[in-house]
Amino acid sequence: MTSLSNLADSNLTGSDLPDSELTNSNPHPTDHAPSHGDFRLFGLATFLVADGMTFAGFFAAYLTFRAVNPLPEGSSYELELLLPTINTVILVVSSLTFHQAGKACRANQLAKARSWLMVTCGLGVAFLASQMVEYFSLPFGLTDNLFASTFYALTGFHGLHVTLGVICIAIVTLQTRSKGRITATDHFGLEAAELYWHFVDGIWVVLYGILYLL
Amino acid sequence: MTLANPSELAQSHPGNLQPQGWLRYFSFSLDHKVIGIQYLVCGFIFYLIGGALAGVIRTELASPMADFVSRETYNEVLTLHGTVMIFLWIVPVVNGGFGNYLIPFYVGARDMAFPRLNAVAFWLIPPAGILLISSYFLAGAAAQSGWTAYPPLSLTTPAAGQVVWILSVLLLGGSSIFGGINFIATILKLRRPGLGLMQMPMYCWAMLGTSILVVLSTPVLAGTLIMLSFDIIAHTGFFNPALGGNVVVYQHLFWFYSHPAVYIMVLPAFGLVSEILPVHARKPLFGYVTMVYSIMAIVVLGLIVWAHHMFTSGTPPWMRLFFTIATSFIAVPTGIKFFNWLATLWGGKIALNSAMLFACAFIVNFVFGGITGVALAQVPFDIHVHDTYFVVGHFHYIVYGGTVFVVFASLYHWYPKFTGRMLNEDLGRLHFLLTFIGFNLCFAPQHWLGLNGMPRRVAEYDPSFTTLNQVSSVGALLMAISTIPLLINVVLTAFKGDIAGDNPWNALTPEWLTSSPPPVENWLGEAPLVTEPYGYGHTPGKEPSSPSVKQVA
Repeated sequence: MTSLSNLADSNLTGSDLPDSELTNSNPHPTDHAPSHGDFRLFGLATFLVADGMTFAGFFAAYLTFRAVNPLPEGSSYELELLLPTINTVILVVSSLTFHQAGKACRANQLAKARSWLMVTCGLGVAFLASQMVEYFSLPFGLTDNLFASTFYALTGFHGLHVTLGVICIAIVTLQTRSKGRITATDHFGLEAAELYWHFVDGIWVVLYGILYLL
Repeated sequence: MTLANPSELAQSHPGNLQPQGWLRYFSFSLDHKVIGIQYLVCGFIFYLIGGALAGVIRTELASPMADFVSRETYNEVLTLHGTVMIFLWIVPVVNGGFGNYLIPFYVGARDMAFPRLNAVAFWLIPPAGILLISSYFLAGAAAQSGWTAYPPLSLTTPAAGQVVWILSVLLLGGSSIFGGINFIATILKLRRPGLGLMQMPMYCWAMLGTSILVVLSTPVLAGTLIMLSFDIIAHTGFFNPALGGNVVVYQHLFWFYSHPAVYIMVLPAFGLVSEILPVHARKPLFGYVTMVYSIMAIVVLGLIVWAHHMFTSGTPPWMRLFFTIATSFIAVPTGIKFFNWLATLWGGKIALNSAMLFACAFIVNFVFGGITGVALAQVPFDIHVHDTYFVVGHFHYIVYGGTVFVVFASLYHWYPKFTGRMLNEDLGRLHFLLTFIGFNLCFAPQHWLGLNGMPRRVAEYDPSFTTLNQVSSVGALLMAISTIPLLINVVLTAFKGDIAGDNPWNALTPEWLTSSPPPVENWLGEAPLVTEPYGYGHTPGKEPSSPSVKQVA
């Protein structure tokens, strides 16, 4: 990530090209133009703040429901802990493996990066599979009570993010196979997927804390 | 990513890929100026639609009985009016429209940080708007629960229309978030080398503050509306008391977006008026630094005052106290801005043209709307007038008397830059006079109506309210008529107006230091470094410090 932000900063303080060369004869600057720094990671980070606020809204709703709305007789907020704990470990480990992939990529060891990416992708799929197992073993459905609805909304919305993340990792893994697509210096796709994946993991840790442990 | 060399780039992105001439306004153009105009024109079309809906409301309310439209139709019209005006006119125009056009100029850039995302953000709006309006023709009728869509009302009114409404608002919210991300990146990352944050024109600060609010609060509304749609489609019980749900949670989440939304609508207007006043009063903007801190204070406070909309929703006393105090505090930064504008005008060489008339009327309207706002923040008073026409009057003084007046002022101020031609002053003054009288005639009586207990959102009312309602409807008619000189002016001027020249106002901000309309790259040469955007009225003999000040002086 550092190489990229350095590049963006160098463009901030002055492009290699004099401005006069970017007049009418040249195309209109786009996000790929030389006059233009690469702010895509910055933009993604801003978007993740927004996405995090969506989760914050869901969390706030869940905590308020839990504080003020009594559940019907016979239902409770208690959940089986084993599977979600394994899931938490899976996701945290996957964050570490993705970090290794990024490190390998920046050190120009693409084959190693690809292996780490495949491990990460596998862990993501394992998380989703294990989530499915949990869904099918739960004694309540989406509309049974307020807790059930909120449970599925929160874990489902997060699961959607994990699914998207797995797809992104798969795409990046494929990109490492085609020559020149991802290099030690030019690997926005990988860095974006990494930032996103860490975000999804962080959200899960909070979700695990307030949904399962609290 | 690596830097491409220019010859390679010219081959891979030939300039003629983008349509030229008027066709580009119907294209997926990446040029921020084209996108800005797209936002403005699209927004204005929706303004006319929303205005027509307002006409239906005021015609219905001209008599105490529901004799013009049925109660159900009235509810649909009311819901569409609010949603169209907020999400398709005000928010896109003051943020996307003027923001896209001006911000790259102000930071000395050739485009926004993410031109493609910018085009995507705009092109989400027309489909979402058409979707929303076409829901009126849906078999189950359009949404009827107002722009707030409070459950359980929104759960019991026709479901299809409500779901379409949610879908449309989600698309518009997405557009708004993409725009916000783009503005934050452009203002923080794309500034011309040498331009400091405290040297930016005030509109940049306003847009930065607005975009922070957009990014932090809009997603919460999106999440809430997704939950609401689950309640409608899948029969979950998040907000359905019959299924053990909690309606007040919806209100909290909704207002966590929708109170900041008021600032999303009015902060850009604060920024625009701060650009217009110094130019036409030939004086530097008074208190630049306090203006900046006021904007940021409004951003922070704006996020923690939402529950003042819910004083009658069984809110506990400690919460009422907190939200009353926090809300009252917002009057401090707002007051600072108000007095700064007055001080900017004070002793200035004021040109009372159409732009300035609208800008000055904004100050008058806004201070009135602001004072009723502080009154509404007080629990005992709010309980009395909650959900009455007093709130309707207050809100329209802020959003119409505040923001829409600034939109018109900005139109007269920047139209020469957009087109290279001056709008007709006589028609402009006529437009102002009709709008100002019509607006006050329409919304001032609503305060009386509210204080006397006329509820909002009801098609029928007690006959004792008839006279004031008729006055209000006459005002609405005047406002409708006021659009005619504006339309004539804008259309005729585009073809026949006086040539404006590059800088008809002798202004110092960077958008005036290029041709009108500007070239695709904004400036033919290097972007000018304007460190003193308000350096008007320099004393003779004293050397102005900024090159742009020298250039104009």
